[in-house]
Amino acid sequence: MKALRKQLDKIKPQFQKGGKFEKLHSTFDAFETFLFVPDKTTSLGSHIRDSIDMKRTMSIVVIAMIPTLLFGIWNAGNQHYLSIGEAAAFWDKVLFGLWKVLPIVVVSYVTGLGIEFAFAQIRHHEVNEGFLVSGMLIPLVLPPDIPLWMVAVATAFAVIIGKEVFGGTGMNILNPALTARAFLFFAYPAQMSGDKVWIAEKADAYSGATPLAEATAGIESGVVNFSHSFMDMFLGTIPGSIGETSTLAILIGAAILVFTGVGSLRIMLSVVIGGIFMGGVLNLAGANAYMNVPFYYHLVMGGFAFGAVYMATDPVTAAQTNTGKLIYGFFIGLMAVLIRVLNPAYPEGMMLAILLMNVFAPLIDHYVVEANIKRRLKRLKPAKA
Amino acid sequence: MPNTIKLSKGLNINLKGTAEKNVREVSPRYFAIKPTDFIGVFPRLLVKEGDTVKAGTPVFIDKYRDNISFTSPVSGTITEIKRGDKRLLLEVRIEADGTDTKIDFGSASPASLSREQIIEKLLQSGLWAMIRQRPYGTIANPEHNPKSIFVSAFDTAPLAPDFDFIVNGQGEAFQAGIDVLAKLTSGKVHLNVGAKTSAKEFLNCRNAEITTFKGPHPAGNVGIQIHHISPINKGEVVWFAGVQEVITIGKLFLTGTYDSSLMVALAGSEVERPAYFKTRRCAEIAPIIKNNIKGENPRYISGNVLTGTQIRHDSFTNFYDSVVSVIPEGNYHEFLGWALPGFGKFSFSRTFFSWLTPKKEYVIDTNMHGGERAYVMTGQYERVLPMDIYPMQLVKAILTEDIDLMENLGIYEVEPEDLALCEFIDTSKTEIQSIVRKGLETMRKEMS
Repeated sequence: MKALRKQLDKIKPQFQKGGKFEKLHSTFDAFETFLFVPDKTTSLGSHIRDSIDMKRTMSIVVIAMIPTLLFGIWNAGNQHYLSIGEAAAFWDKVLFGLWKVLPIVVVSYVTGLGIEFAFAQIRHHEVNEGFLVSGMLIPLVLPPDIPLWMVAVATAFAVIIGKEVFGGTGMNILNPALTARAFLFFAYPAQMSGDKVWIAEKADAYSGATPLAEATAGIESGVVNFSHSFMDMFLGTIPGSIGETSTLAILIGAAILVFTGVGSLRIMLSVVIGGIFMGGVLNLAGANAYMNVPFYYHLVMGGFAFGAVYMATDPVTAAQTNTGKLIYGFFIGLMAVLIRVLNPAYPEGMMLAILLMNVFAPLIDHYVVEANIKRRLKRLKPAKA
Repeated sequence: MPNTIKLSKGLNINLKGTAEKNVREVSPRYFAIKPTDFIGVFPRLLVKEGDTVKAGTPVFIDKYRDNISFTSPVSGTITEIKRGDKRLLLEVRIEADGTDTKIDFGSASPASLSREQIIEKLLQSGLWAMIRQRPYGTIANPEHNPKSIFVSAFDTAPLAPDFDFIVNGQGEAFQAGIDVLAKLTSGKVHLNVGAKTSAKEFLNCRNAEITTFKGPHPAGNVGIQIHHISPINKGEVVWFAGVQEVITIGKLFLTGTYDSSLMVALAGSEVERPAYFKTRRCAEIAPIIKNNIKGENPRYISGNVLTGTQIRHDSFTNFYDSVVSVIPEGNYHEFLGWALPGFGKFSFSRTFFSWLTPKKEYVIDTNMHGGERAYVMTGQYERVLPMDIYPMQLVKAILTEDIDLMENLGIYEVEPEDLALCEFIDTSKTEIQSIVRKGLETMRKEMS
C-alpha cells in the first residue's frame, strides 16, 4: 500500500493546477479518494468527525441491492428455461442470467460514470458518489431483454436531463433511475411493456404475462386469473424487471438499509400503508375484477416493493422533513395502487406515483416547515399578551 | 420535587481519556487574555508592554460598550501584545510576578446590594464578561433586563469535566454567585442539573429553580435547556453563565477580589494521566501538559472536541473553557478506509461494524473521514438535535442569507455548539458550526 501511496504522491502534482494533466484533476481525485481516504483534517468547528462519508453511505445502498441483483440474475435464467420448457440446473440458470444481466449493469455504469466524470471535470468538482447507486438501480428496473443501446440512451438521458442540468447529485428533483425508466417507457413502449419483454429470449408460445398484466386483463374478462400464487410473487419466481420480482430479496435489502440508518423506515412503511389503504378501499368498492384482487397482492406484484424500498427512499428527491416523509410515502403507495387499478394503460403505477410525488415533495416540506414557523409565532403571542 | 425534562434525541460520544477524579495544583507563569474569545468585542487597549498590573486591573475595554472591561487574572507585567493581520489584537500576555496582589473591590453580601450596585461591581472587576446572553452568545448588555438566567450544572460533551467534582468545597461561593444572578433578572434563575448530578451544592441550591435534564448530549448545553424551559422569541434576551464563572462571581462578593483560580480537566486519548488541575483562568497549558502527553502528533484543544478551539502546546486556555482536550491528528491517508468493515470506527450510523461494541471507549482523530459533498442525506441532523427546530432548513436559510426565514426557523434559539453534533455526524462533511455562527452574526448586525 505504501508503494502505491508513494506512486500516487509522485504523479499527483501533474494533475494539480499548472500540471501537465490539470484537466483531468477530478478524475485523478476520484481515483485517489477511492483508494485512500484523504488526509484532510478538521480545521473549523468540530475537531472530530463521524467515520461515515458519502462513499460509505452509497456503498451500503449498493450492498443492500445485491440480494435483488443476485436473485434477478437467477430468475432471468429461470424464466427463460421455463418459457422454452427445458429443465435446467441451478448453475445453467445463473450463467444464462449473468449473460443477460451483466452487460446491462456494465453499460449502465460505464455510460453514467463517463458522463459524471465529464461533468465533474467541467465544473471542477469532486466526482460525486450518487451514481454508484443510480447505476445499479437502472438495470434492476429494466426488463432482462432490453437492447443494450437503449440502456445507454436512457442512462445518458437520466444523468444529463434528470440530474446534471439541475446541478448534479443532491440538486435533482426527479429520481434519476426512474427518469431513465420513464424515458424508456414513453419512448420505446414496445420494449418496456406488454407480455413479450419480461422474459429473456422467451419462446413465443409461452404466455410470460406479469401478474400486473394478468390483473389488468381481468378488468375486461371479468375475472383475474393469476398464473402464479401469492407465494411465487413474494419469492419472486415470476416474470418482471430484473430486480423487482422478489419481495423477499427486497426485504433483506430493506433490513440492511434500515438497520444501518441509511434508508428511511418512515418512507418505506408509509408507502406500504398507503398501498394497503388504497387497496382496501378498492376492495370495498369492488366494482370490477381488478378491484377485487385482495389488497395484499399489490405489495408483491410488480415494482411496488422495489419502489418503496429503493426508489421512494432516495433522500434527495423524497420529502426531507420527518412529517413530510410520512405524507410523501403514504401518497406514493396510494397513487401507485390507484394508477394500477383505474388506469389500465399504465399497469405499473409505482414508477409514475414516485415521480409524481418527487415533484410534490418540496411542497409537502414547505407546509411542514410552515407549521413549525406558526408554532414558533404562536409562542410569541401569549408571551406578549 | 425538582422538575424533570426527558430528552431522547442526541448522541453520547464515548472517548478514551476521561479525566480521573484527582486534582493537581500548578502555578502557571504566563497568562494571555484573548479578545477573540469574546464575540463582537472590539478591544481598546489600556496597557502597554512593560506595565505592571494587579489581579483585577483592566487590560482592555470594548470600544463600543466601554463600560465592559477585561481585567488581568494575576498580578505581574505585560510582556507582549500580540497582533495578527490588519493589526488585529490577538493576545495580551502577562507574566505573573508570584505575589498575587489583588485589587480590592470590596466584599458585600449580594442581598444587601441593589441591582445597580451589583452590576457596577461586576463591571469594575471585569467579571461582567462571565455573563453572556442568548441570542448571539455575546457578553450580556448591562442595560437589558433578561427574562431569565440559566446555569447548566452538567456537561454532556465528550470528555467533559464533571461539575459535581469541581463544585466540591466551593458551595458557599457558588451560592453567593447564584444570589448575585438572582438580583440581575426580574425572572427566574434556572439551575439545570443532570440525571447523575449528586452534588448537594447544586441540588440544595437556594434562590434558583432546579430542573433535571435526562438524556444524551447535547442535553447539558444551556441552549437546549433554554429551549425547553423558556424558549427565546424574537426580541427576548436570556442570560447564561457557567458553573466556574458563577463561583468566581460569588468569590468576588465574598472576598472583594478577582480570584482567577480555575479547575481545568486535561482529557483525551493522548494524555498520559488525564486529571483535573487547579490552575488559573487564561493560563498557559504548559505546566499541565508537561510530561503528560504520550502521542507523537497531538492536537491541543481548549474546550471540548466538538466545539473547542485548536491551540498550540505553548498557548493558553480560552476565557470560558474548563477542559483541555488532547487527541491525535488525523493527517494520514487510509487505504480503502471507506470500504473496510470498520470495527473500531465510531459512527452514529450503523454502517460500520463498531455497532457491535457500543460501550467501547473510542480514540477518534481529527481526520475528516471523507470529502465535502452536496447535501444528500436527510433526517440525520434531527436525530441529534433535541429541539423543535428544522436544522437542515435553518442551515440552508443561513446559506442563502434569507433573514426572515432564519428568524422564522428559530435562529435566535441556537448557538453553534447546539448543532455541533449535526456537524459531527454530517455525511456531507459541511462546516455547520461556522455556518450557524455566520448566520447569527448576520442577524446581530441586522438587528443592531
